[in-house]
Amino acid sequence: MLLVTCPVCNAIGDETDFHFGGQAHVARPATTNPEGIADDQQREYLFTRINPKGLHFERVRCDRGCGKWFHAARDTMTMEFKAFYGITELPPPDVIKQAKGAWAEYFAMRMKNQK
Amino acid sequence: MLKPRYSIFSLARNAMNYHKDWERAWRSPQPKAEYDAVIVGAGGHGLATAYYLAKNHKMTNIAVVEKGWLGGGNTGRNTTIIRSNYLQDPSIAIYELARSLYEGLSQELNYNVMFSPRGVLMLCQTQHELRAFQRTAHANRLAGLDCRMVTPAEVKEIVPIINNDPNCRYPILGAYYQPRGGTGRHDAVAWGYARGADDMGVDIIQNCEVTGIQREGDKVVGLETTRGVIKTKKVGVVTAGNVSTVMDMAGVRMPIESLCLQALVSEPIKPVIDCVVMANTVHGYMSQSDKGELVIGGGTDPYNNYSQRGSFPALEHTINALVETFPIISRLRMLRQWGGIVDMTGDRSPIIGKTPVEGLYVNCGWGTGGFKAIPGSGWVFADTLANDRPHKIAEAFSMDRFTEGRFIDESVAAAVAH
Amino acid sequence: MTGKPYRLAEGGSRIDRNARVTFSFDGRDLQGFAGDTVASAVLASGQKMFGRSFKYHRPRGLVGLGSEEMNALIGVGADAKAEPNLRATQVEVFSGMVAESQNRWPSLTFDIGAINSKLSRFFPGGFYYKTFKWPRSFWKHVYEPVIRRAAGLGKAATGRDPDTYEHMHIHCDVLVAGGGLAGILAAEAAAKAGAKVVLMDENPVLGGIADITAGMVDGECVVDWLAPKIDALKAMPNVHVLTRTTVVGHYHHNFLMACERVADHDPALIASGAPRQRLWKIRAGQVIMATGALERPIAFANNDRPNIMLASAVRGLIGRYGVSPGTQGIVFTNNDDAYLTAFALKKAGVNVQVVDSRARPDGDLVKRAQDDGIAVSLSSVISAVEGTQAVKAVKIAAYRKGQGRVITERKVDCDFIAMSGGWNPALHLWAHNGGKIKFDDALQSFRPDTYTGAITAVGGANGTMSVADTIAEAQAAGEAAAKAVLKKAKAVKASKVEVTEPKRAALESLWFAPATGLYNEGNKHFIDFQNDVTAADLELAQREGYESVEHTKRYTTFGMATDQGKTSNLNGLGVLAEATGKSIPEIGITTYRPPYTPYSFGAIAGPLTKELFLPVRRTAVYDWHIGKGATWEPVGQWRRAYTYTGAGEDKHQSITREILSVRNKVGLLDASTLGKIEIKGPDAAEFLDRMYTNMFSTLKVGKCRYGLMMNELGFLTDDGVTVRLADDHFLMHTTSGGADRIAAWLEEWLQTEWTHYKVFVTPVTEQWSQFALAGPRARDVLKKMEPDFDVSNEAFPHMSFKIGKLGGFPVRVYRISFSGEMSYELATPAGYGMSLWKALLDAGEEFGIEPYGTEALHVLRAEKGYIVIGDETDGTTTPDDVGMSGMVSKKKLDFLGKRSLEQSYLKGPNRKQLVGLLTEEPNEVLPDGAYAVAEVKDKPPMKMIGQVTSTYMSPTLGRSIAMALIENGRARIGETISFPLEGGKVVKAKITDTVFYDKDGGRING
Repeated sequence: MLLVTCPVCNAIGDETDFHFGGQAHVARPATTNPEGIADDQQREYLFTRINPKGLHFERVRCDRGCGKWFHAARDTMTMEFKAFYGITELPPPDVIKQAKGAWAEYFAMRMKNQK
Repeated sequence: MLKPRYSIFSLARNAMNYHKDWERAWRSPQPKAEYDAVIVGAGGHGLATAYYLAKNHKMTNIAVVEKGWLGGGNTGRNTTIIRSNYLQDPSIAIYELARSLYEGLSQELNYNVMFSPRGVLMLCQTQHELRAFQRTAHANRLAGLDCRMVTPAEVKEIVPIINNDPNCRYPILGAYYQPRGGTGRHDAVAWGYARGADDMGVDIIQNCEVTGIQREGDKVVGLETTRGVIKTKKVGVVTAGNVSTVMDMAGVRMPIESLCLQALVSEPIKPVIDCVVMANTVHGYMSQSDKGELVIGGGTDPYNNYSQRGSFPALEHTINALVETFPIISRLRMLRQWGGIVDMTGDRSPIIGKTPVEGLYVNCGWGTGGFKAIPGSGWVFADTLANDRPHKIAEAFSMDRFTEGRFIDESVAAAVAH
Repeated sequence: MTGKPYRLAEGGSRIDRNARVTFSFDGRDLQGFAGDTVASAVLASGQKMFGRSFKYHRPRGLVGLGSEEMNALIGVGADAKAEPNLRATQVEVFSGMVAESQNRWPSLTFDIGAINSKLSRFFPGGFYYKTFKWPRSFWKHVYEPVIRRAAGLGKAATGRDPDTYEHMHIHCDVLVAGGGLAGILAAEAAAKAGAKVVLMDENPVLGGIADITAGMVDGECVVDWLAPKIDALKAMPNVHVLTRTTVVGHYHHNFLMACERVADHDPALIASGAPRQRLWKIRAGQVIMATGALERPIAFANNDRPNIMLASAVRGLIGRYGVSPGTQGIVFTNNDDAYLTAFALKKAGVNVQVVDSRARPDGDLVKRAQDDGIAVSLSSVISAVEGTQAVKAVKIAAYRKGQGRVITERKVDCDFIAMSGGWNPALHLWAHNGGKIKFDDALQSFRPDTYTGAITAVGGANGTMSVADTIAEAQAAGEAAAKAVLKKAKAVKASKVEVTEPKRAALESLWFAPATGLYNEGNKHFIDFQNDVTAADLELAQREGYESVEHTKRYTTFGMATDQGKTSNLNGLGVLAEATGKSIPEIGITTYRPPYTPYSFGAIAGPLTKELFLPVRRTAVYDWHIGKGATWEPVGQWRRAYTYTGAGEDKHQSITREILSVRNKVGLLDASTLGKIEIKGPDAAEFLDRMYTNMFSTLKVGKCRYGLMMNELGFLTDDGVTVRLADDHFLMHTTSGGADRIAAWLEEWLQTEWTHYKVFVTPVTEQWSQFALAGPRARDVLKKMEPDFDVSNEAFPHMSFKIGKLGGFPVRVYRISFSGEMSYELATPAGYGMSLWKALLDAGEEFGIEPYGTEALHVLRAEKGYIVIGDETDGTTTPDDVGMSGMVSKKKLDFLGKRSLEQSYLKGPNRKQLVGLLTEEPNEVLPDGAYAVAEVKDKPPMKMIGQVTSTYMSPTLGRSIAMALIENGRARIGETISFPLEGGKVVKAKITDTVFYDKDGGRING
């Protein structure tokens, strides 16, 4: 039974007080560019998932608290949470540094786009 | 068979010598430098694939590499239910092939896998569920499956310990029954296939973890493992919960998420239930092993998870349901709980077939229902690997269905109620 | 010895010799004392057999002292209260208790199953994998039933459990698991530092094995020194002490589960309303594992005979219950600790000698034994045991470490054996959640190593065996745990204590004692007693290639009994190590799984049974439905009235009556379960345009519009009428089953995708009661209710709504219809629900109003060809499939699911399309879910082209109607297709459009 902290209302609760929403930072192509979305792009969005052994980033909702969605950084082997952060935010820099593989690539890309 | 066969006579003969002369069930070979094909993952699906590659396709210069001990993944952690009464045609095809192979597997392998067609009973506890299973029943009958709807009275006959109080929270309105479904001995399935494959010359290499997949352009050329490089032009990845990790090594990202599925057994008791009962509305299912333990399946933890640990919430939810469904279990006790890492696809149906990389094949996504499929899965995957094109039954399970929107969604059998 | 052969004249710290207790065991009335366990009381009566083993049905007696017991499993209670497989060592006797032995027939002393024992030579480990294969059908019908009957242990209860169970949720700074010396001192230290401490112990009495431990503290024996500390601890306000409470599992983030056996030992408590057991869900800042250590048996020939016990168990029986297993004992050991048992026996006047496998142990205890004149045979082992249902004699053989066979031996008469192969730290909780463990050469066992989590091991559980070290370690751990949790912990000055304890000689591992006879053949050295796994079985598994310890475990089932290998795992590893020439760490260890000891499903279910199991959501009119004799249809968490069957009619008749009253007069439906979600804010309209396939920004205030909702895969997921209350304010109706799902779904998109929208989503389903007033006389009923708004067709047309008062009730009235009739849905705050419902029925009486249920509703909507999400759609159905492509906006650039509709398969040919069906034979109603085939064959398989989604006998049309999803259905209208049913019957039906009644919709606008 994981112990989760909501970064919005600061409620601390059991995993059963929260709703887990799968991989974080999945961009919905249609929102930004309704036309001209390739089939592969749509498949990636709907189905392809980063599924790492180790540090993972996911969406969580504070179901029985404030009802807000937020992000969590969690190790899928040890279940240790590295960070909880807002739904529109990126993880803290020190946590981004720990990201590996596909996640490392993703954050590198986000950083580049920000500049 | 090169090995001496197992039988009541061989048992008696060996008893005379205090069982000192039994041969090894399988060798423990060193990996060769090169194989015609290598299967990654010595679970039931991987071992069955190797067995049928050797048996049906005469490919015997092959290996199965396993990072741990054979049969140590979900094959050794599941609740051993075997059935084929699915709704969608592709599912019916592969699960029924598997079920029918199970019927004769003990004899085929000369190893008692204890396939026990004790019957699988799927309860209908809402009008909507009843209609959904009636639909499945019609589809299965026309596909040639031996299944039928049964009345609440028949349910009580088949499972006397069931709670048939018409005023309970979800009264039993009937059930969908597959008399030739049942259970098997999960370890024995892995061990039987391993022994059979080994007997035909297949190298089963345990404690050999794949650390890299070597490619030349779009072709697979070999594997890097903790026991050295193994050259091969065909690689079949059958690593269930770890499939994303292994496929990443070949640069292929999968439509898979790994979750931890919960299961438990009770202390052994004298027989109380002689079939498998699944109660989908309240989320619980139960059967009783030959050893006498009640075998109970819970749900998955709701987040990606590679720790094969027992957790509590999923289990508690299931026990609530089962104590209501089978009130006599209240004073029985949980002996052991554990978790297995299941690989879930977008439509909860498996992926079997070729990949964008030539010579790289994948068989995964069996999610929470893989054990029942082992013989069929191995059969069609071996054929796919040997002939470098999907077996007829495997076609529907190709990965591009996620691009085309051609899903095989079994959950529709119990779609949202009005 | 007293009259009772095995009850000593004095002694017994746990029993009250003045309080006699009568209970029955296997139908025999036995006497014990208050404080006895079934184990001590039965043994005191002279009975040594407690049960039969799992596979060979060998007679078995007592082995242990507590929850590690693997042999003496009994059933307690009868019928609905029967509880099997309880450890006799844990069951406290009370007057009137009915207990029985297990796994024997017809009786314990004469058991048919014992034949297995005679044939055991043919049943080596895993034998069943090698046989029972021919003929194929025999496994299910012959072999398996026999095996199943022989296997299993006790019998389950026969009815619903009459007792109750409770759940408790607690948070604490420090949880101490185990109330022995280490646990008490750790708890004391943590509590003194100011921590909120919970201490749980499995036994009825705190102190662990302090009462059978050697050594003096401040001049007192350990148990006496500890006693006042226990009292003081219990008195501390920040400490909660629970006995008979086993911490069964350690999960992620220091979440722990414990089961308290509240009333099992005293039926009077149940009578007074106490729960039988209580499940504790604990979230601890720090965990201190003080669970002690478990003594190991020794693998020698026939080491399973009744009256062969662990040395600590014998010591405990004497000290706690004043019971000796016999008059002539042998202590068999490879360590010093067991000598304490020899001393206890001698003190109790029981003849005893010691057999020690070590060559020259130089500890104080060995010396003392020799000085006390106790015969000690060094370099010796027990090579044989005589007696089947009880020990009669043993053979003692000379032995050198590692020696594989017996050279010389002598026979010694005795009637019990106390064995000790050393101690294993009880580190289960440590390992449950991934704590690392390491092998300790001094212990010849595993002990806790490193752990990232907030848990510490102390005392025996940490492999710390000396009293002095335990005290120091425990106090330090307690204080450290408090410091780790509290912002400012009080400083605790560790109390200086004087400890004197005997100097101990090293233990020498003894994994296998050679047996009489060449090569030990045919001898049974039991490793896992309960599962009848012998050393030979383990070696066989290795020979056959089941090399991984997990393979060996699964092949032989060693360590898989109800004690989960507490007493067998390490001995098994020892045997495997010697058989393979590897070290024990190289062999590896199997995973520790929760629970530490089994606990009941009743405790897990807790109070959530019967009416508390998935509680029913009730509408304001629920009780009225009951009074009216409604039968129910469960929908989501709700129950809706299915039909109201009156006197002298059956369900079919009542449904027909309800339908016709709506068509011809007027009907009233409780539609309160329909999902209601208020959507408010400047961006509400744009937001709805994203959620629905069709346009809502163009909806006029005061108007209603039917909306279709897809998921991102392009499949229909919900539908319903949404009304525009104000420019920035909408009320969405959803399916009853979908209400919560859709509310969460809207929130998710709002919060995670279109975060800039200024919109609030508020589910209000339960705030409103809502009734559908439908039928040609509906308006008359409204008028009768004196609305303060104009209800004329012109002022209040179809798909519009009014807010006002109706018969004094505040109402929102929506003119929408799911029946095809003129229909008003009246919503009123739930508090008014029942009154409005009754008022409407009164007002409608003269117009022939009748309440109708969900089945009538379904027939009515089917006659009109209205779809039901979940019937006409199944999660793979697109708007076009159900003929609603017209409702998929072409103007909107983007909405949920739009892009997926472009996927090739969703646009592809041969999609199943919704059509109507009219059977050739009008009275023939197609079965639900029946499939049509391309071509009828005399036997399967047949190519299926689609299935029935809704099918009814329509009283309105006086014939059957159905809807179905059929491949290319719309192009096939007019064709006749075939539905092969059971028993070769084929029903033919003509494909039509889906509207069977009032095609021009005149009635709805009437």
